Amino acid sequence: MTYIELQCIRLLRMDVGKDLVAASATPLVLAILAEGDSYGYAIIKRVAELSGGHLQWTDGMLYPVLHRLERQGYVAAKWDASEGGRRRKYYRITKEGRAELASQRQQWKAVDGTLRGIWMQACAV
Amino acid sequence: MTTFADQPLEDQIAEWRAYVCRRKALHSPDVEELEGHLRDQLVALTQAGLTGDEAFLVAVKRMGSLDALSREFARAHSERLWKQLVIAPETDVPTNTRRDELVVVLSLAAAAAVATKVPALFGHAINTNEDFPLFYGRNASLFVFPLLTVYFMWKRRSDRVRGLWLALAFAAGAVLANVFPFPSRSDTEVLTVLHLPIALWLIVGFAYLGGRWFHDGGRMNFVRFSGELAIYYVLIALGGFVAILFTFTMFRAIDVKPDWFVGGWLIPCGAAGAVVIASWLVEAKQSVIENMAPVLTRVFTPLFTMLLLLFLATMVWTGSPINVKREVLIGFDLLLAVVVGLVLFSASARDPQAPPNFFDGLQLALVVSALVVDGVALYAIAARISEFGLSPNRMAALGENIILLANLTWSAWLYARFLRHRSSFAMLERWQIAYLPVFSVWAAVVVLVFPPLFGYR
Repeated sequence: MTYIELQCIRLLRMDVGKDLVAASATPLVLAILAEGDSYGYAIIKRVAELSGGHLQWTDGMLYPVLHRLERQGYVAAKWDASEGGRRRKYYRITKEGRAELASQRQQWKAVDGTLRGIWMQACAV
Repeated sequence: MTTFADQPLEDQIAEWRAYVCRRKALHSPDVEELEGHLRDQLVALTQAGLTGDEAFLVAVKRMGSLDALSREFARAHSERLWKQLVIAPETDVPTNTRRDELVVVLSLAAAAAVATKVPALFGHAINTNEDFPLFYGRNASLFVFPLLTVYFMWKRRSDRVRGLWLALAFAAGAVLANVFPFPSRSDTEVLTVLHLPIALWLIVGFAYLGGRWFHDGGRMNFVRFSGELAIYYVLIALGGFVAILFTFTMFRAIDVKPDWFVGGWLIPCGAAGAVVIASWLVEAKQSVIENMAPVLTRVFTPLFTMLLLLFLATMVWTGSPINVKREVLIGFDLLLAVVVGLVLFSASARDPQAPPNFFDGLQLALVVSALVVDGVALYAIAARISEFGLSPNRMAALGENIILLANLTWSAWLYARFLRHRSSFAMLERWQIAYLPVFSVWAAVVVLVFPPLFGYR
């Protein structure tokens, strides 16, 4: 891996702004967990997959987000054995988490709708 | 997650782990989780054709800056910051601020001591041969809490506007404590004495949190503070008690009676100043008590559970009904308050992420047995009220009972759900935090509404 390749990885991450990445973290993680129980590394892989690489997180930052959600009662966590024999922390969405996801979805829809509206007008002009 | 055959890579991982472990905001399960992630990443990268070294470089880089990471962890687990808040700044804050703080604390404690003696200039003297004047009881919290508030405003560098609001609240309390025409030692006067401090404690809480009232975990810190303040205060009071014993024995040896000094000066001034000193101790020596709080709850929870179960068993065995008198009513209220306090304090001392353990089961047993005992008491109280009508005392006791009962019932439900892995401990924590203002609001109602409602009797 050369220096240039490392720079490329960093560039990829700059696609979506920092604030937006932070704001979308909660609904994204909850939505991924709504698909089924998962663990940190798999969630990050799923995020990269879903966003086509545009939404790259600094890997470590996922964990504070998961812990905050756990504290708020939106997800529940359990240590379990992984294929390799080490312990791994699995996360599961709770009923409250599903409710929060639904509410976040409404909010994002509203934001998305508003932006779309103004951009359509801009195109028409 | 796998272990790598590549020994240099394993060494690098071990080194990384040791480095991460040094961060105080990261606990060992977190480090384990992050290491698992690192290993998963390494497997993927080596399978994609990178060598061990290259893979490690990329994986660590993707993990992101450890400073930013531990900051985020500290934010997600504010109780871990609790320790850092005091310990971390010590290194870079110049030493004279610590001396400043000591000067401020000592002057505030002295001011509290002087404040207790000011009413004596206006004819409210404490005479040790007579009954203790209730004027001091009604105003006890007003001698101390405003000064405590000043200390926290100074410490948190709060702005003047907030200070003005808090001062207004204290002024309202002072008016309420002194404006009503209580006949000597009426029931409503005693109720004011008991309830005003609870109502005003909320204001101290606002100052303590310095505007972070609605912030995650802020109010839990205030609960922690209150509990630890109580512990320190009891310790100081024990010291004071020993000092008083010695004062008596020594002065008696030279035939001087120190009663007026001990009763009129030492006890009131010491009791007022000690609150400020104890608050400062909690702030300055947090890590000492931090290790004590879990131990204390673990001693008292089994003790009270046993007491309650024994009481219930005896009551069922002998079949004797509860004989409702005034002290009994207050006794049961106090019991519930202790149980709520234990639940609150153990919740504040607990790592909210930890899975349910034996002591959580014990807490549930405690809460449920308290609920059963209280149910029986409530039945007896209701019978007495329907027989003799409402008095201010019965009304206050009943209100408190219902408030505590509601808190404990829902706590029991949340504990049960948590023990069956249906919900997280955070739900219980949030319920307790959300409930805190209810206690103060009810106390304010008792102070504000009860005296006129019952004609000051």
